Amino acid sequence: MVFLEFEKPLEKLYTQLEKLKQIAQDGDIDMSDKIREVEQKIKKKQKEIYSSLTPWQRVQLSRHPQRPYTLYYIEKMTKYFVELHGDRCMGDDKAIVGGLAYLDQQPIVCIGHQKGINTKQRQLRNFGMAHPHGYRKALRLMKMAEKFAIPVVVFVDTPGAACGLEAEEFSVAQAIARNLYEMARLRTPILVYIIGEGASGGAIGIGVGDRVFMLENTWYSVISPESCSSILWRSWDHKEKAAEALKLTPKDMLQFGLIDEIVKEPPGGAHYQPEAMAKSLKKHIKKHIKELLEIPIDTLIQQRAEKYLNMGVYSIADQPSSDKTP
Amino acid sequence: MNWFRRLKEGIQTATRFKKPIPEDLWVKCPKCGDTVTRKKLEEYHHTCPKCNYHFRIGPKEYFRIFFDGHYTLLFEEIHPVDVLGFVDLKPYTQRLREAREKTSSTEAITVAQGKIQKIPVVIAAMDFGFIGGSMGAVMGERICRAIDRCIEERMPLIIVSKSGGARMMEAAFSLMQMAKTTVKLTQLADAGLPYISYMTDPTTGGVTASFAMLGDVNIAEPGALIAFAGPRVVRETIKRDLPEGFQTAEFLYEKGFIDVIVDRKEAKATIAQILQVLHHRHLPTRKTKSTSSD
Ligand SMILES: [Zn+2]
Repeated sequence: MVFLEFEKPLEKLYTQLEKLKQIAQDGDIDMSDKIREVEQKIKKKQKEIYSSLTPWQRVQLSRHPQRPYTLYYIEKMTKYFVELHGDRCMGDDKAIVGGLAYLDQQPIVCIGHQKGINTKQRQLRNFGMAHPHGYRKALRLMKMAEKFAIPVVVFVDTPGAACGLEAEEFSVAQAIARNLYEMARLRTPILVYIIGEGASGGAIGIGVGDRVFMLENTWYSVISPESCSSILWRSWDHKEKAAEALKLTPKDMLQFGLIDEIVKEPPGGAHYQPEAMAKSLKKHIKKHIKELLEIPIDTLIQQRAEKYLNMGVYSIADQPSSDKTP
Repeated sequence: MNWFRRLKEGIQTATRFKKPIPEDLWVKCPKCGDTVTRKKLEEYHHTCPKCNYHFRIGPKEYFRIFFDGHYTLLFEEIHPVDVLGFVDLKPYTQRLREAREKTSSTEAITVAQGKIQKIPVVIAAMDFGFIGGSMGAVMGERICRAIDRCIEERMPLIIVSKSGGARMMEAAFSLMQMAKTTVKLTQLADAGLPYISYMTDPTTGGVTASFAMLGDVNIAEPGALIAFAGPRVVRETIKRDLPEGFQTAEFLYEKGFIDVIVDRKEAKATIAQILQVLHHRHLPTRKTKSTSSD
């Protein structure tokens, strides 16, 4: 188990617990009372820590190295998953994965950013930062979903789109723009889950949907707190302040009406009980697919459009402009 | 931008004192270093007569260049709101106030309706001086209303992009404008109306990654920086120098993302030519000389 800075008090308790379990096992001694006591302490401490997370701590949790990623959820939740590869043009980007599966009796197309689970994998997956061909692969799968009337389930988990020569040369900007455009009018339901990091165009590039949900320990904004700090404060040292200012937590996003719901995580975060997380996520997805499938497709697309057209706060001044509209 | 501030100050000084100091009439080209009179620069649509450098200009200049004389500003009553109470080194409200004073624009985008060679159109043009031409809720809303106006009156849309990208002080609201404007573009498309994206120096970030790259026809001015991540960020990421001409209009043209690179002095004629074809259903039949040999 990897513990973050603010989780250090827990680390001690977990070490204690491991020791007790070891003693019980080695000496065949009944330690159950002691063990229960430590477990209670852990529960209490967890509650204390996680009920008062700062925005920055939540950002850290969203990046926890043991947090479940897209492929974990797909494997745990679905049956008959076939991963599909390539954008039919440039190649196969490993930072975005996707394929066909069954969610119990419901066929789905699933798409998501994929981070690596070890050093080698992290490089291969480019830390979940997708290239243009990743976005174009995602689009190909969405168009396939539309063709065969299959709902799309998207998992967003990215620190941003890929940055480099290739990303610019093959225009990741155009790839993202095209996806926004096609997702806006895709004639099949789209569910979006922010399961970790939701940064900038890289996130929304596969993130336009009928319903958008955030897991409890995730963030979603136009820029990462670090980059925001470096641009606005002209130093990397103000990431905590930037995290606060950006109002990037699920609670803020829900309050602004920019997402539809927050999906609860197990105590301490998804990585403590990934299987339980996958199970409740599956239930959540099934419920919402069922609801969306009942809406006539033209209505669904109209509602999707209205949802996004309503996003944005501005004021309308009293003084007449040169415009003559009522 | 120094030359431009000087130029603007020059204009203000000129009106204030009636008799302008001669040096205010001269502008230095940042590319070739040549000096040119303000009057001549305007005649050349703010391009250098010597090296053809395209000076950065604002919405009002573009309106003057593109429209046949008269035009009407639209949606000026829509103003920004500091919805997050955002404070970095300065409060967002202060940044907004300063931007308004500095630019004479009410936001980073200005919308106007008029005619291009007698074709009624709506043009939305950005002001880079207004918080880097950044996209917040007002830009999103003004573009959406511009599209509504196009649909109501069967007009084509032209967006002149010039932007550093998202407006960080509006955080996720800013991000969502990418989706909002794009959703609206699908409605313009459903109405069968043309959209011309006209990219100028610089067009980057969330603006590039949404409506700027989605024109039925993508036009760019020569030498314009067009990118998702800016050159500084890319250089810092890859830790080496960027190839010559990387992320320019010419570079993206070669890569297949830009239809036409057009000199600003020819831009109006080119746009009109494109609209004559794409918008033909709503225009009077065009009299063309027969080019066939019979
Ligand atoms: Zn010059």
